[in-house]
Amino acid sequence: MLWRNWSVRIGGTALLALLLVATLAPWLGTVDPTLFDAASRDLRPGAAGEIMTLDGEMRKHTFLMGSDSFGRDIYSRVLYGTRVSLVVGIAAAALSVAFGVVIGLCAGYIRWLDGPLMRVMDGIMAIPAILIAIAVVALWRASLPTVIIAIAIPEIPRVTRLVRALVLSIREEPYVEAAVALGTPTGKIMFGHILPNTIAPLLVQGTYICAFSILLEAILSFLGVGLPPDIPTWGNIMAEGRVQFVAYPHNVFFPGVFLAVTVLAVNILGDGLRDTLDPKMAKRV
Amino acid sequence: MAGDAATAEQIERIRAGLGLDRPIVVQFGIWLGKVLSGDLGESFYFRIKVATLIGQRLEPTFALATLTILIAIIISIPLGVMAAWRFGGWFDRALMGFSVLGFSIPVFVLAYLLIWLVSLKLGWLPVQGYRRLADGFFPFLQHLILPAITLSVIYIALIARVTRASVLEALGEDYIRTARAKGLPELRVLVRHALANAAVPIATVIGIGIAILIGGVVVTESVYAIPGLGRLTVDAVLARDFPTIQGVILFFSFIYVLVNLLIDLSYVFLDPRIRY
Repeated sequence: MLWRNWSVRIGGTALLALLLVATLAPWLGTVDPTLFDAASRDLRPGAAGEIMTLDGEMRKHTFLMGSDSFGRDIYSRVLYGTRVSLVVGIAAAALSVAFGVVIGLCAGYIRWLDGPLMRVMDGIMAIPAILIAIAVVALWRASLPTVIIAIAIPEIPRVTRLVRALVLSIREEPYVEAAVALGTPTGKIMFGHILPNTIAPLLVQGTYICAFSILLEAILSFLGVGLPPDIPTWGNIMAEGRVQFVAYPHNVFFPGVFLAVTVLAVNILGDGLRDTLDPKMAKRV
Repeated sequence: MAGDAATAEQIERIRAGLGLDRPIVVQFGIWLGKVLSGDLGESFYFRIKVATLIGQRLEPTFALATLTILIAIIISIPLGVMAAWRFGGWFDRALMGFSVLGFSIPVFVLAYLLIWLVSLKLGWLPVQGYRRLADGFFPFLQHLILPAITLSVIYIALIARVTRASVLEALGEDYIRTARAKGLPELRVLVRHALANAAVPIATVIGIGIAILIGGVVVTESVYAIPGLGRLTVDAVLARDFPTIQGVILFFSFIYVLVNLLIDLSYVFLDPRIRY
């Protein structure tokens, strides 16, 4: 039923291809992304050159996307960068959905918690996402987990509001009333009866968060406040490439194209999921 | 701050000087009191008051944001109305396609694409930098127009989408049929009847979009080397200059909430049925 939708097909296929690229990165003609060779600096895309492996052995290598000012292979770095982007996107989406669901369920079903919880959420929403992320990263040293948490925090209120709104309408359904009348424990009603009915809109929301997280991670890395520069992420590659942008624009363009295509694929997948799973929401937006 | 070779006594003196020896709650209370009286503390790195620092960096950011919002509104609302008018047609589908693309293309990728195309290949505009308004209007605009266009793309995508949806909804109403039956010109039906009734959601999304705009300002100013608040935020994080980070974030959030409050109040003018 899902696969009939063209957006799901296009977005899903592109995303699967990227997942494959990320998993198979070592076998796709790449070298270790941290390798550098002073003799192969600033090569144009497609240039042949040599690179020294960690064992000190010289190896012939074609720099499909050129090399940067350290003599590192952009192609390998971009392919390995896919891993970081997808991991951050999926992990941040999962994390914010998990927290958002629990807080949203509590706020929607346990009435006295509603006020305090939602005011805290309103407070977080008053600060633009990118600033929260920057502040969290500034507070802790940047590493993969801190970057994921920093990106997930500003998304939690959005999930919470969605879940709370859904719970408020679902709790009036007759089957919930029946469960209450039968003396079902509150926890079981919340997670057993109400939660399953929120999954479709949550899946859609999760996809959009995933796309935004990939974007935000790249922005943080690009600004120099994200993952440490030695980790190959698309944002880091672009940040290093920007210094020589005028002479060697490919250092910025190749990771940029990968980033844009990935985010586009996830967004298209989200639109498709929304149209098939959540027709009511599709009409609204 | 004291350097790696500081003695325990020196560190203790600096801690006491900064008030770090007191309990967290007390520190927070003092900080809150100062903020409410307009004192955001002193920057560790620039060694001047954070409030002064923000004042110095305000002009470029304000100019960039204003120009971006202007461009976005002027372009997106007609596009959205057109798409709703010819709902399901090629223009509508093209605009929806553009809007997904606009949401997906990262602001800095777009920035470099435009610099490469407009400034390097075509040589129409300067690559980077900023000129104050006081140095003349033309150079000011010349340096600001490309960043503003870059930043407006995602905003255009957002506003056009909402304009299309809410005009579409208004077009289905009975009063539109009445207006057409009266023989009003189509343009007047679209603008005076459909768009006027779709104004509230459009105003709301312009307000919500300020959050995206602030995020975009941080990135755009870094790429185009504009010495504004966005650039200051990044510099402050890299220098671990906490009072400045805190001050800038507080300032941005204040502006965001203030703009949204003003927009909420503007509903009274946009829809006379709404009263506070």
